[in-house]
Amino acid sequence: MVINEKLIVSSSPHIRSVESVQSVMVDVLIALFPAALMAVLLFGYRALLTMLIAIAAAMLAEAIWLRKSDIFSDGSAAVTGLLLALTLPAAAPWWLVVVGSASAIIIGKQVFGGIGYNIFNPALVGRAILVVSWGGHMAGDIWPSPQPFAFGYDAAVVTGATVLAAPEKAVTFSLPEMFIGNIPGCLGETSALALLIGGLWLVYKGHIDYRIPGGFIGTVFILGVLFGGGFYANIFMTGLFHVVTGGVMIGAIYMATDFVTTPVTPAGRLIFGIGCGLITMLIRLWGALPEGVTFAILLMNAVTPIIDNFTIPQRFGGVKKSA
Amino acid sequence: MAKFSFRGGVHPVYSKEITSTLAIVKMPLPQKVVVPMQQHIGAPCELLADVEKIEKGIEVKAGQKLGDNKGFVSAPVHAPISGTVVDIGPYNHPLGMKINAVTIESDGRDEWDENIKPAGSLEDLSADDIRKIVREAGIVGLGGATFPSHVKLSPPEDKPIDVVIINGAECEPYLTADHRVMLEKTEEIVFGLKAMMKALGASEGIIGIEDNKPDAHKQVESMVAEEENIRVCTLPTKYPQGAEKMLIYVTTGRVVPAGALPMEVGIVNHNVGTAAAITQAIREGKPLVERVLTVTGSGVAKPANVQARLGTLASEALDFCGGISESTLKVVVGGPMMGLAQPSADIPVIKGTSGILALTDEDVYLAESSPCIRCAKCVSVCPMNLMPTSIAQASEHGDYRRAEKLYALDCFECGCCSYICPSKIPLVQWIRIGKNEIMKRKNK
Repeated sequence: MVINEKLIVSSSPHIRSVESVQSVMVDVLIALFPAALMAVLLFGYRALLTMLIAIAAAMLAEAIWLRKSDIFSDGSAAVTGLLLALTLPAAAPWWLVVVGSASAIIIGKQVFGGIGYNIFNPALVGRAILVVSWGGHMAGDIWPSPQPFAFGYDAAVVTGATVLAAPEKAVTFSLPEMFIGNIPGCLGETSALALLIGGLWLVYKGHIDYRIPGGFIGTVFILGVLFGGGFYANIFMTGLFHVVTGGVMIGAIYMATDFVTTPVTPAGRLIFGIGCGLITMLIRLWGALPEGVTFAILLMNAVTPIIDNFTIPQRFGGVKKSA
Repeated sequence: MAKFSFRGGVHPVYSKEITSTLAIVKMPLPQKVVVPMQQHIGAPCELLADVEKIEKGIEVKAGQKLGDNKGFVSAPVHAPISGTVVDIGPYNHPLGMKINAVTIESDGRDEWDENIKPAGSLEDLSADDIRKIVREAGIVGLGGATFPSHVKLSPPEDKPIDVVIINGAECEPYLTADHRVMLEKTEEIVFGLKAMMKALGASEGIIGIEDNKPDAHKQVESMVAEEENIRVCTLPTKYPQGAEKMLIYVTTGRVVPAGALPMEVGIVNHNVGTAAAITQAIREGKPLVERVLTVTGSGVAKPANVQARLGTLASEALDFCGGISESTLKVVVGGPMMGLAQPSADIPVIKGTSGILALTDEDVYLAESSPCIRCAKCVSVCPMNLMPTSIAQASEHGDYRRAEKLYALDCFECGCCSYICPSKIPLVQWIRIGKNEIMKRKNK
């Protein structure tokens, strides 16, 4: 009988799913497409430029740091770059985008040992660095207002405050407007609709656990209803306002669900989501900054190992269950 | 339809269609068989030395006992063919080591031991009789676990058994031997189930079959239609549906406590092939000397479900199925999820051999592993609700105390975690290493 003399002897299982880190990352990029598309529709070609610069800078920074020629590689750098871009204002200058992307990859990820070893969400590390270093560009209260389908408009001319910085102005926008995203804000955060579409797809694909966005968004809504202030007659409207504005949707669906920096246990994920919502609302309602999503997620990233340790799931048969 | 569903699990490509419609083919009598003294979990057999000494040069008959052990958790082995003992000594074993084995060269006559005769009708047999028949026939779990069956039929007094479950899930991809046995030996399975129920005094019999075998389900269903206390339970197709604890939960809703045996909840589990083997032992007096196995994989020219005498060499079984292609990367004994990769096909078919696979790069996935991205897919597919990535990591770092704290010992190595891992980390391999180390320390 013919037999290969070099039979491979390795541990079972001998078959594997076709899913790889790269395929998961590509799925995340696809999920972000609706938000990216909305960014271009609302904020014009500058949005596209910002996204491309951010992705390219992230991939290059990683390739240079790792001294490898495979620029796309596992795709995680592209995801980080795109996520960062979506949290930048439309008027962000190109150098700011490059600095943000490079620091996200290098300070946020590579210095810890690369993919899988970073403690904090890389995109948010990059964003946090920009917020504390160039506050005027990042957290000022003058933001370009979206100009739907006006692809070439001059961002400097049309400006307005974000609704979170001046909630009393929120009443000038209808809730459907805020849901679709036609309000001042960062490129990818304004359209709750687009973010939700991508998020549902990620849940369907099994890449994210509904517990994190569920806990996050649910907590924001409840705290918004209870303490959100009275500029809407209906307190539930206030709750919804807090959910669809600012970075809650993009944070809850795409940042707080980052694999590496969040808990692996089901209970831990729920706690993580609730914690993010809690800190976000503490900052929004009683803190010095108008928005708190970035720092809420980064703070929760820091306690992820502790959460994992305290939420080890009960093994099958570990407690007596009756039939 | 099952009322319960176990958590986790995966849906691999099943590749069962290759052989599921092929009737069982009897392999011609082998020229030579190799019979290892250990084909079961428990104490290995010792060559018979008292009445009839088994030694090089003697003639043996088919069905003649070759080795046994007085220990309770053990099962005797018998000569699968008649002929001459030509060698006794260590031989390649599917477990990956050399184990003492008896090599018999066939005389081509297939003469059976004269002591083999029917045991009588089920009504006339006592529970003890049945247990004795099962033990003497050397019957072990044919699903692959090879736990001696008579032990499962002898629960301690304080653990009454009310349900016997026959496992026809066959959740491992590629394998279709149990499927064919259910179609072609339906009556034997039901008879075997009744014998086991009698031995245990059980009031209910359940035959669990995954819903990807509707023909087997229909056939078994019609066979038990008249039986009041036997029912067929359809199981959703999901790996590892056939794992003992999962099967028990899905068919009865009972949860086997961690670290305990099914008898703790009044249940005993047996594979369909085991039930059929018990029937043969009662009706014909024949010990376990042959079994049905699936020979398949994209490296096999003519995949088949074959009935082969134990001790038949895997290389012969593969040759019988048209040989294997040069592109074969792995020869696996068992299924692709839990089976053992072999360094050579020069190994005998033993009691637990449910399949022989020749896998090419069409089937196997060979990839370098990359760092864990903590996606927790392994956590969500683990049927035991463990944290595979954390256990594997602890084991990799040599922190076996932490591995144990994370319930490493509850892992039954189904391989779902390694299967699903996008980073292609051999998680279950690390967990196995951890389990070994924990046990070593415990036994010190």
